Amino acid sequence: MTVFLVQLLTGLAGAAALFLVAAGLTVIFGVTRVVNFSHGSLYMLGAYVGWTVLAHLPHSIAGFALGVVVTALVLAAFGAGLEMALLRRLYRAPELLQLLATFGVVLMVQDITQAIWGAEDLTLPRPHWMRGFVAIGGERFPRFDLVLIAAGPLVLGLLWLLLHRTRFGTLVRAATQDRDMVAALGVDQRRLFTAVFALGAALAGLGGVLSLPDGSANLQLDLSVITDAFVVVVVGGLGSIGGAYLASLIIGVLQAFGILLLPKLTLVIVFAVMAVVLVFRPQGLLGRAADAVREAAAPPLVRPAAPALRLLGAAVFVLLAAAPFAVGPFAVSVLTEAMIAVLFAASLHFMMGPGGMPSFGHAAWFGIGAYAAALAATALHLPLPAALLLAPLAAAVVAALFGWFVVRLSGVYLAMLTLAFAQIVWAVALQWTGLTGGDNGILGVWPGGVLAGAHAFYWVVLALCVLATLLLRRVLYAPFGYALRGARDSTLRAEAIGLPTVRIRLAAFTIAGAAAGLAGGLSAYSKGSVFPTYVSIGRSVDALLMVLLGGVQTIAGPIVGALAYTGLYDALLLATSQWRLALGAAIVALVLAFPQGIAGAAQQLRRRAA
Amino acid sequence: MTVLAAEGLRKSFGGTAAVQGVSFAVAAGEMLALIGPNGAGKSTCFNMLSGQLRPDAGRVLLGGADITALAPRRIWRLGVGRTFQITATFASMTVGENVQMALLSHAGQVWRFWRPVRRRGVAAAAALLDQVGLSALADTAAGVLAYGDLKRLELAMALANAPRLLLMDEPTAGMAPAERTALMRLARDLATAHGIAVLFTEHDMDVVFSAADRILVLHHGALIAEGDGAAIRADARVREVYLGSGATSGGH
Repeated sequence: MTVFLVQLLTGLAGAAALFLVAAGLTVIFGVTRVVNFSHGSLYMLGAYVGWTVLAHLPHSIAGFALGVVVTALVLAAFGAGLEMALLRRLYRAPELLQLLATFGVVLMVQDITQAIWGAEDLTLPRPHWMRGFVAIGGERFPRFDLVLIAAGPLVLGLLWLLLHRTRFGTLVRAATQDRDMVAALGVDQRRLFTAVFALGAALAGLGGVLSLPDGSANLQLDLSVITDAFVVVVVGGLGSIGGAYLASLIIGVLQAFGILLLPKLTLVIVFAVMAVVLVFRPQGLLGRAADAVREAAAPPLVRPAAPALRLLGAAVFVLLAAAPFAVGPFAVSVLTEAMIAVLFAASLHFMMGPGGMPSFGHAAWFGIGAYAAALAATALHLPLPAALLLAPLAAAVVAALFGWFVVRLSGVYLAMLTLAFAQIVWAVALQWTGLTGGDNGILGVWPGGVLAGAHAFYWVVLALCVLATLLLRRVLYAPFGYALRGARDSTLRAEAIGLPTVRIRLAAFTIAGAAAGLAGGLSAYSKGSVFPTYVSIGRSVDALLMVLLGGVQTIAGPIVGALAYTGLYDALLLATSQWRLALGAAIVALVLAFPQGIAGAAQQLRRRAA
Repeated sequence: MTVLAAEGLRKSFGGTAAVQGVSFAVAAGEMLALIGPNGAGKSTCFNMLSGQLRPDAGRVLLGGADITALAPRRIWRLGVGRTFQITATFASMTVGENVQMALLSHAGQVWRFWRPVRRRGVAAAAALLDQVGLSALADTAAGVLAYGDLKRLELAMALANAPRLLLMDEPTAGMAPAERTALMRLARDLATAHGIAVLFTEHDMDVVFSAADRILVLHHGALIAEGDGAAIRADARVREVYLGSGATSGGH
């Protein structure tokens, strides 16, 4: 019984920490409709700023309280600055480009934070009052966790008062329901949005500084927190603060007990909760059914590639095939990675562009393919062709299973569910050490026999990637590709002319998974090893970046985007130690300059010239 | 010969009864108009007939077979074409490709992964577009069409499965008067030539009285009158609820 109580309190403390981040994220989304990927960075900054502020204050309770308030204010100012400098220019941009830009901010903040505070974890000196325990029936419970438990409802109550008892709150609630109407009534949207962003940033900062006594300020905080926060917000219902609180309670408590009952499955539990909620209540626990999606500009027609473009493609292919004779082994390995990236990006584009299903978890299929190939090669001792057949097959089977849940959703909710599934795959890769080797990965996956030479394998990769990418293209011009686009353009019309839209989307999801699986399998052989990072969020974001950089609504987009991104990435990696700062800045600049992606911008330019 | 029969259809949204016990039938070659003021339940009726909404009670019979609450795509396969009040077309395709998709679906060729769409059924699509007068716009993106042209495109798509029943929700909205007459004449020709049963809603009373063989009047979700143009014009109840009690003329 006592163990139960202590575990429950631990869960409540965890829930409070989750709520503080999620509340800011959901407030920002509700009003501005921006999915703010950089919210985790604000939390991380909160931890670092808080560490510095608290270091200059007396280590008393009053000093700590003052430091927390100061940190929240600093973050509010930072958030307001971020909104005015960047997000303000993006409100009219497509949802996913906003996400891309905020991810650029994540990268920049990482390097800036490291430059200021260094790479080491920073912990607070813990004065006596912070270290104390209270005895609960013989068990010791950290006294500071009681502060956290109180902080959740306290912040919830203050937010409620702010939203329901002030003019600002009324405006925020009105804008959450219909921001166009609020604008039509003469409210200055710019000031409202800046204020809301500052509020959200302050909440994130609050979460960050309050996490210090139990943890540390470190550079991994941003991405680990943002996934948790996304899950809470989606489970609770986008834009609903009460929902966020309810969801943090459920997840926090489940996590606390999950560690006791299923220590191996803690990572899975969170995402399984999210999957279940989204399947039965797609708008989240307390969310309202999604209002009509903002009318986007009509997506452009899909025309066959111009002869000049085909010629260019053929020329590039010949150059790539001849490359091993002209360049060194390092360049060949870079080109191998680039080819794999092209197929990976093309597979995501297939479901995201024509299919209208944006995925935040495309690394799942890449990783499953990589692990399937690696296990086939090392555990089953299969030759390379068989392993490379298993890779897309395994990915397709799992994609078809997960897809059954996913294709019923749309927009941000769909993206979040794909993220949830990818995190489950990641958790399995990390925690099922018997099969996957956990963190140590699987080593010694090399192409044997005639393919052992670096050149031979390069040609295999080149041939398979080009072939698979062209096949995906071909399908998009065939009736199935049109039906897929039809289901995206108007589900109502598609069903009314007899198209089974759910089955079509599921098939597209499976095809995309298979193609990504092949890319993963090739990558396993190219690197000679597989690690859980193959399924990480970072890899999913890579795919998103490539597709969005190239342009979602052009068929050539993913190819251009993958080459541009890998090129940019490798060049920056060589040129500067602060490559994240440079890459993040480049992404933000590209989003601001080419809202339709590179290929989309080129298409527009050509049309204007014609 | 009765093509479509609705028997005691009912539908409520929350506590509001949108359609309460509506029954009627349409015969092959007949043009039946469903009219009524805004909010009378016309579109709700339509959506129950073609499967977008599941009725709370009642049955829909197509050629004597029960099709109540079947999915829209199954009802379409049984030979029902429809247009929507708020047009729904594929914006990222050309006008021609929109019709091609309907034809490909009718031919059961959606699950084809190789030969491109631009080499499939172009002539048949062109013939349908010619029928509705959209040939000149075949290569235009549907996303940039004028509203009246979208209505015509929807009609062409609805005809792609050689339907025995055509449901048209406000088919002439957004058209000039001359275009309205032409479109309804086209519908009449199709009905006569192929024995298609046509059920349509319409706000323009000139169109209704000139095009319909028979008229149903819906008010607050219930049928209050049924008959040919002369009977409806003379019906005191219709004049009261539909034209307003002070109305002295039949037009609007």
